[in-house]
Amino acid sequence: MTSPALYGPSGGTRRGGLRQRLRRLADAAVTPLDLDDVLDVFHPLRGGLGDTGLRGRIVEVRPETADSATVVLKPSKDWAGHVPGQYVRVGVDVDGVRLWRTYSLTHGPRRDGCLSITVKAIPGGVVSGYLVRRARAGQMVQLAQAEGDFVLPDPLPAKLLLVTAGSGITPVIGMLRNLFSRATTPATDITLVHVNVNEDSAIFRDELRAHAAAGHLTLVERYDDRDGMLDVDSLSTIVPDLDERLAYACGPAGLLDALEAHHAARGLDLTTERFRTPLLEASGEGGSLTLATTGVTVDAAGDTPLLDVAEAAGALMPSGCRIGVCFGCVLPLREGVVRDLRNGQVTVATPGDGVAIQTCISAAAGPCTIDR
Amino acid sequence: MTVITKQDVNPTAHLTPEDVEQIGVELDAIRQDVLDARGEKDAAYIRKVVDVQRKLELGSRAVLLGSALPPLWVLGTLGLSVAKILENMEIGHNVMHGQWDWMRDPKIHSTTWEWDNASTAEGWKHSHNEVHHTYTNIVGKDNDLGYGIMRIDEDQRWHPFHLGQPLWNFINACFFEYGIAAYDLELGKNLSIPKEKRSEKFKSDLAKTLRKIRQQATKDYVVHPALGLPFGATLPILTANFTANLVRNLWSHSVIMCGHFPEGVETFERKSIPEDETRGQWYLRQMLGSANISGSKAMHLMTGNLSHQIEHHLFPDLPSSRYAEIAPRVEALFDKYELNYHEAPLPKQVLSAWHRVVRLSLPNGFLATTTPKNLPAQAKLLWAMSTKGPKVRRAAQARLVQLEKRQKAEKAAV
Ligand SMILES: Cc1cc2nc3c(=O)[nH]c(=O)nc-3n(C[C@H](O)[C@H](O)[C@H](O)COP(=O)(O)OP(=O)(O)OC[C@H]3O[C@@H](n4cnc5c(N)ncnc54)[C@H](O)[C@@H]3O)c2cc1C
Repeated sequence: MTSPALYGPSGGTRRGGLRQRLRRLADAAVTPLDLDDVLDVFHPLRGGLGDTGLRGRIVEVRPETADSATVVLKPSKDWAGHVPGQYVRVGVDVDGVRLWRTYSLTHGPRRDGCLSITVKAIPGGVVSGYLVRRARAGQMVQLAQAEGDFVLPDPLPAKLLLVTAGSGITPVIGMLRNLFSRATTPATDITLVHVNVNEDSAIFRDELRAHAAAGHLTLVERYDDRDGMLDVDSLSTIVPDLDERLAYACGPAGLLDALEAHHAARGLDLTTERFRTPLLEASGEGGSLTLATTGVTVDAAGDTPLLDVAEAAGALMPSGCRIGVCFGCVLPLREGVVRDLRNGQVTVATPGDGVAIQTCISAAAGPCTIDR
Repeated sequence: MTVITKQDVNPTAHLTPEDVEQIGVELDAIRQDVLDARGEKDAAYIRKVVDVQRKLELGSRAVLLGSALPPLWVLGTLGLSVAKILENMEIGHNVMHGQWDWMRDPKIHSTTWEWDNASTAEGWKHSHNEVHHTYTNIVGKDNDLGYGIMRIDEDQRWHPFHLGQPLWNFINACFFEYGIAAYDLELGKNLSIPKEKRSEKFKSDLAKTLRKIRQQATKDYVVHPALGLPFGATLPILTANFTANLVRNLWSHSVIMCGHFPEGVETFERKSIPEDETRGQWYLRQMLGSANISGSKAMHLMTGNLSHQIEHHLFPDLPSSRYAEIAPRVEALFDKYELNYHEAPLPKQVLSAWHRVVRLSLPNGFLATTTPKNLPAQAKLLWAMSTKGPKVRRAAQARLVQLEKRQKAEKAAV
């Protein structure tokens, strides 16, 4: 719906009113559908749909390494923009099933209005495997507005340290591309420590080397096969002025945990972005999940988030980051016992309680009923 | 038909309890195969059907703007009728069954779908998915057995009211969408309750249904005719929309009658269904309680694949597009266990269903014992049964049934 407030003060309400009346007429002509259902048939990327109707069309899938690819998307007109470093939730139809995953945006605002994400296909990864190997230009995906706090401060600090490992380079390349696409290169002194298993699997390797060659940043390439695993205690040797640098890191949990401990010990600030929250290993026996509105009951394993269990049973679930951060998936637990997959903490709800739980990190620890 | 437990030969008598459970296992295997194969192709199929339906409906309504010209009236009405049928049958009915919920697309989901029909999605899902599909063909539990206005089974007691049921059935067919809405509301039962004692749920459901009916009627009989005003097409659009609704109603009524009413489809006695009916027993009831329509691909599509009623009742939540593919396996299972896979072309099934409606509008045994010679006597008997109260009715009924039995025995002896 277009709000009348979008129009100027003079005569705005009347025009808005007319628009709304026309809209109501159109809706009455196509009920039980509404006008948007009909327009979707012809122009799915139009604006005015609000955040729930956000979509994108794949413009290009460009391989980066053997198991990663950049997906360029043309978003709906309603796309509200983003700050480099933020991520976007993407709903992809894999084998006919819509699956939502989160991907960092790998650029700043682009002149062509497109978005790009860079995906690394992880072994057995359903969505990442699909996007890297099967997605084709022309296909549609669902989108949500950009979110996330992994962004550079404004104004920029004098010195920055960026530590990335593997696909953890994605939010950082977004920041860098944005900084270096400006007319004047920022004065900030940037060191990027980029860790990879080997040279061939290093995403954006050549682009980063070009930036280094142009004097934009100091690039430290670390390869596990050549240099061995990075020991965070050696960081102060690799980056002598470590204590003067504002630090950002993105990569696997092991590296981030070590870095956080390391920086905390030195009293330094560190901003991290995690692609995954370490979940408890096989936790408990599980139970069952009942969806209150439909009465459907399914088995729920003790190590599977209720969100996944419910979705597998065909329910439409609210969801967000899927790693326990955004609270987009919170629903009342009417009755039952759930275990937090991150720390094993048990939450019990008796009838009438309606305890709000995050379904993406809660697994059944007995029979559970949720309001859905 | 007579409930299977009262028939001379129960069609399931030859099956051991182990057989019945084995049938369940084999049907579960068929179901699993479809679940495993379900994927991108299926999703593309339903999206295509929705896409085609929407374009067809829009196109037809555009053509109808020119319906002051008779050929355009015919073309537009035809297109709109087909669009409405597709929307109700292959899309609405099946989406509301949850056949496409696995795609997790909120736009094609049983919890969000609303259809182009007088009854609300919510009411329909309750009376159809929950009641009819669970208690299929159990006399006294499944209201689809005659929709509460007809006698469709020998075991439903005859009442003079039923003499009119061929007429009721025809009227119901013409206005089927309103019939369904009334039926979903259990209107008859609820209206017989004094106003102040009616449940809150009924009142709110009634309000929702009336609103839906108003919206539907406004669309077809006010908004679109008004849009035709500049083209001088108001009246033709009105008649076209009425005709399209009528065609859709007659068609869906016929298809649905074919599902459970043809002669030879079995019914069940309430008390013969065990409390803890096993999966195998439930499957068996669905197998015997449904009838298929044979025909072309287009016919299957237009019936919303309810032409595969047997497969649909066995697996109501599998994508309709898969029924044709599993039908041969299901039929082979019927053969293996010597059960009757009830299938016939559309005209035959419609005729058979109508025959049943007419036959059962008369007391049990009446038609069979009537000959040209005893017609006057039979007519007198029927008059007495219709006017003289329950006692006379019961006695006459008992005599009729006995007479029919005797005649059958005599025939067998010859
Ligand atoms: C804020 C945020 C930003 C992200 N940005 C990016 C990005 O820019 N590029 C990118 O490629 N990915 C990114 N991810 C990860 C991405 O959202 C998916 O988790 C990832 O693509 C795996 O999804 P999948 O469907 O392929 O795997 P699934 O099929 O869900 O999982 C397959 C197996 O891999 C394991 N697994 C799941 N996620 C991960 C993971 N992240 N790392 C290792 N193992 C995993 C699962 O436990 C399972 O065993 C981001 C995640 C978050 C939360």
